[in-house]
Amino acid sequence: MPEVLGPVGGRQSGERTVRGVSASPDVVIIGAGMVGAACASYAARAGLTVTVVDRGPIVAGSTGAGEGNILVSDKEPGPELELALLSQRLWTELGEELDPASFELEPKGGLVVAETLDGLRSLYDLAIVQGARGVRTMAVDAESLPHYEPHLAPDLAGGVHYPQDLQVQPMLAAACLLRDARAHGAQVRTGVEVTGARRDSNGRLAALLTNVGPIPTESVVNATGTWGGEVSARLGAPVPVLPRRGFVLVTEPLPRLIRHKVYAAEYVANVASSEEGLETSAVVEGTDSGTVLIGASRERVGFDRTLSVPVLQRLAAQATRLFPMLASVSAIRAYRGFRPYCPDHLPVIGADPRVPGVYHACGHEGAGIGLSAATGHLIAAALAGKEPEIAVSAFSPLRFVEEAA
Amino acid sequence: MASSPVDVCVVGAGPAGLTAAVAAATAGRTVALVDAGARPGGQFWRHSPAGIEADRALHHDFVKYRQLETGLARFVQTGQIRLLTRHQVWTIERGARFTVRALKAGEYERTVDAAALVLAPGAYDRQVPLPGWELPGVYTAGGAQALLKEHGVLVGARVLVAGTGPFLLSVAAGLAQRGARVVGVYEANTGLGWLHHRSLRAVVRNFGKLSEGIHYAGTFARHRVWYHPRSTIVAAHGDTEVRAATVARLTRHGAVVPGSERRIEVDAIAVGWGFTPQLELPVALGTRTEVDADGSEIVLVGDWQQSSTPGVFVAGEATGVGGAALARVEGEIAGYAAAWYVNVDHESASFHPRSRRAERRLSWLRKRRLTLRAFAAAMHRAHPVPPSWLDQLQPDTLVCRCEEVSVERLRTAADDLGVTDARLAKLLTRTGMGWCQGRVCGYATACLVARFAGTGYDPRGLTERPLAVPVPLGVLAHGAAPAVPADESWRGE
Ligand SMILES: Cc1cc2nc3c(=O)[nH]c(=O)nc-3n(C[C@H](O)[C@H](O)[C@H](O)COP(=O)(O)OP(=O)(O)OC[C@H]3O[C@@H](n4cnc5c(N)ncnc54)[C@H](O)[C@@H]3O)c2cc1C
Ligand SMILES: Cc1cc2nc3c(=O)[nH]c(=O)nc-3n(C[C@H](O)[C@H](O)[C@H](O)COP(=O)(O)OP(=O)(O)OC[C@H]3O[C@@H](n4cnc5c(N)ncnc54)[C@H](O)[C@@H]3O)c2cc1C
Repeated sequence: MPEVLGPVGGRQSGERTVRGVSASPDVVIIGAGMVGAACASYAARAGLTVTVVDRGPIVAGSTGAGEGNILVSDKEPGPELELALLSQRLWTELGEELDPASFELEPKGGLVVAETLDGLRSLYDLAIVQGARGVRTMAVDAESLPHYEPHLAPDLAGGVHYPQDLQVQPMLAAACLLRDARAHGAQVRTGVEVTGARRDSNGRLAALLTNVGPIPTESVVNATGTWGGEVSARLGAPVPVLPRRGFVLVTEPLPRLIRHKVYAAEYVANVASSEEGLETSAVVEGTDSGTVLIGASRERVGFDRTLSVPVLQRLAAQATRLFPMLASVSAIRAYRGFRPYCPDHLPVIGADPRVPGVYHACGHEGAGIGLSAATGHLIAAALAGKEPEIAVSAFSPLRFVEEAA
Repeated sequence: MASSPVDVCVVGAGPAGLTAAVAAATAGRTVALVDAGARPGGQFWRHSPAGIEADRALHHDFVKYRQLETGLARFVQTGQIRLLTRHQVWTIERGARFTVRALKAGEYERTVDAAALVLAPGAYDRQVPLPGWELPGVYTAGGAQALLKEHGVLVGARVLVAGTGPFLLSVAAGLAQRGARVVGVYEANTGLGWLHHRSLRAVVRNFGKLSEGIHYAGTFARHRVWYHPRSTIVAAHGDTEVRAATVARLTRHGAVVPGSERRIEVDAIAVGWGFTPQLELPVALGTRTEVDADGSEIVLVGDWQQSSTPGVFVAGEATGVGGAALARVEGEIAGYAAAWYVNVDHESASFHPRSRRAERRLSWLRKRRLTLRAFAAAMHRAHPVPPSWLDQLQPDTLVCRCEEVSVERLRTAADDLGVTDARLAKLLTRTGMGWCQGRVCGYATACLVARFAGTGYDPRGLTERPLAVPVPLGVLAHGAAPAVPADESWRGE
């Protein structure tokens, strides 16, 4: 049964038909995950009439099955780092405007550690080039590690501290931005699956086709994450997005022992890698509620949901290597999600000239929470016909077409 | 640590699992029987180290247990059944065969490799929140029963028993026999509701249950225990522990009769609202589920207790709460069927009993299962959870005690954040994310979300728990806890 969430302050009953959508919204955003929520909030704030549709409830996709790190530390210089830096600034602003506690925004900072001197050297090399792009970094030698994290293994070679790394509770962040969008007049309709698009005689988008009927509109944003490939094809403007599975272990609630988001240097290599097989490099972080999250593996196995014991074993081994005290701590939960990735590991953001009116905002892989704010900002600018704040050509939907040609 | 492979691995040694293990062994298979408890018997035949004999008065179907125990002992002696007690199964992997992974007392991991599985993990008490329910001294009915049966401990000297269902009678009788003053049994429905209309036929066919009821009536008369139908507990009171309870009468529609509230001094309360099947292992193996008449999610099984996942047979409360007699019948069918499954070509074969005798036995078991299921369905119809608990909640009443999520918080999440189902409630409020992983608060959360969001009741979405039990990270990483125990002084920080 489709649901309508009206403007903030209570649900509006009786609006369960397509008529519940304002007659012809300026833009329909497909997907009520983190990226769709950020697009909705920025577009609604820009004065557009916005409708968000999702085939499930809100946060039905990867946003409800990942973690909430907003990182600059794991990105090598390039277009993604520029996007991350913009996002980092926007998230801080969103926190100030919307109350940081409402989605557990924490400027906790990241600590990347190396086991060997060689590892430490490459870590410092990366920090230097990142620094040149405006990332704040601080070298930490072995003796100083305990000042940052008293429970770290004593035999590590050193690390780098990244004070700009943030953390949010992603499901709350998405729900809060959707609420913000509704406060600015947007409508959120769940239980609505997009099945296709109708174009006018000039080939421009005219209406979105859904399981509950057509929604006339001139613009749509494909913010369907891991399903972005399928939905883009339905819209007549296909982009390649595939799933990359990740597991996360959750511990019993603990006193606040782990202050930063801590991970080993190999993590950066894994993030950027195109390997088919299993890669794990534990990222350990404490949360507001006292639980510690241990993530995350990367595997390309389609949408296979079965628990993989070898993956959990490796995550546990790496986490206890970093923090030996975790050995006697219990994992009480494990979950998995599917990151949306494109072949070149960059998201697709912006207008698709193949079907005028179609915009993409998907394929953010393991950084969709972090990069959502900048993505929403860029999409709102594009919808309003404004200049983007950073260069966006690297995120063009046409890059795959050209490759194929 | 890996044990040698077996034909059938049975998880759970309650009435269903015990029966299944003995049946599969009787059919000539090698069996591993794994249970978290210290002794076989499950919830029903829970007993103290002194043996079940010592507590004979507390146990029904005592003779059945003796028979099973004898059968089990014989097969354990010949090595055909390997009994692994104090082993908690945390996950099961499925490949060409199954790998059952169990934790021995949290110290190390043992794996069992098997060709077929019988899952009989039973159920736990269903609870609903009420003002004051977090006070020490407020127990679940099953918890009170378990303390009595396993440790001989009375939860209090003046105990109030409340909730719904025939199980309350058994708990109250046990407490009274052991010397507690039971200040009343408050049954939310009309106690004999199941005698009405069509249910009657099922009850009469299930004469065993009736005689049990008569037995309780005798016990209650001897111990002057008053039975209050259509009445319930609405609040527990006390500052550091429970000192009193407020009870009230209910209308036919399950609402509190205004002005009927009464305060009773107590030092313990046992509340039971039926049971919730323990589904993590079957759900993780991909078995299909449905929602039963009592609102519980259960595993869908076929004629031979087979689930939708090949090689996985499920028996007992996990396929629908129905009591120990039904659990035994289902267990025996599942044990036979799993034994058969081990050696067939799974593509083409359909189940055939091996002998005339087995055929007759199975046909009797299936008839009996039909009767017992009809009886269970009648029980569920006669003992719904009345809606009164929803009306008694205060804004600050805790729904999720692990994460301290209040009623008000759930309401705001529905009004303000767009929560429309139980899974979203978990993601946005943390209800069900703590130690109990929604085992305690799952049912209440599903009911409250349905009410606040105006959507339908659906308990699913909270039962997916890929780790069936907590696993120490050291054991997960290396198969065993560190040889030198870790310094745990940080826990005090
Ligand atoms: C284990 C793991 C850990 C992660 N950790 C982090 C992290 O620390 N930091 C970070 O930034 N990112 C992290 N990520 C990645 C992040 O979760 C994703 O990039 C992000 O959630 C993608 O958000 P989205 O809004 O694009 O997609 P989703 O949240 O998947 O939303 C897409 C929505 O589209 C809807 N939809 C699909 N098809 C249709 C249709 N036809 N019609 C209507 N609606 C449809 C779906 O129902 C869904 O709600 C992690 C991911 C995983 C798996
Ligand atoms: C607390 C409690 C007390 C009860 N007391 C009574 C009573 O006094 N009288 C009465 O008529 N009915 C009682 N019942 C109802 C009774 O339990 C059932 O009717 C009957 O026991 C069902 O049998 P079963 O074999 O399906 O499950 P159970 O008897 O519950 O057996 C399940 C077994 O599986 C084991 N198990 C579950 N998960 C795992 C795992 N992951 N790893 C290893 N082992 C596992 C458990 O330790 C347990 O021994 C009680 C129920 C509960 C919850």
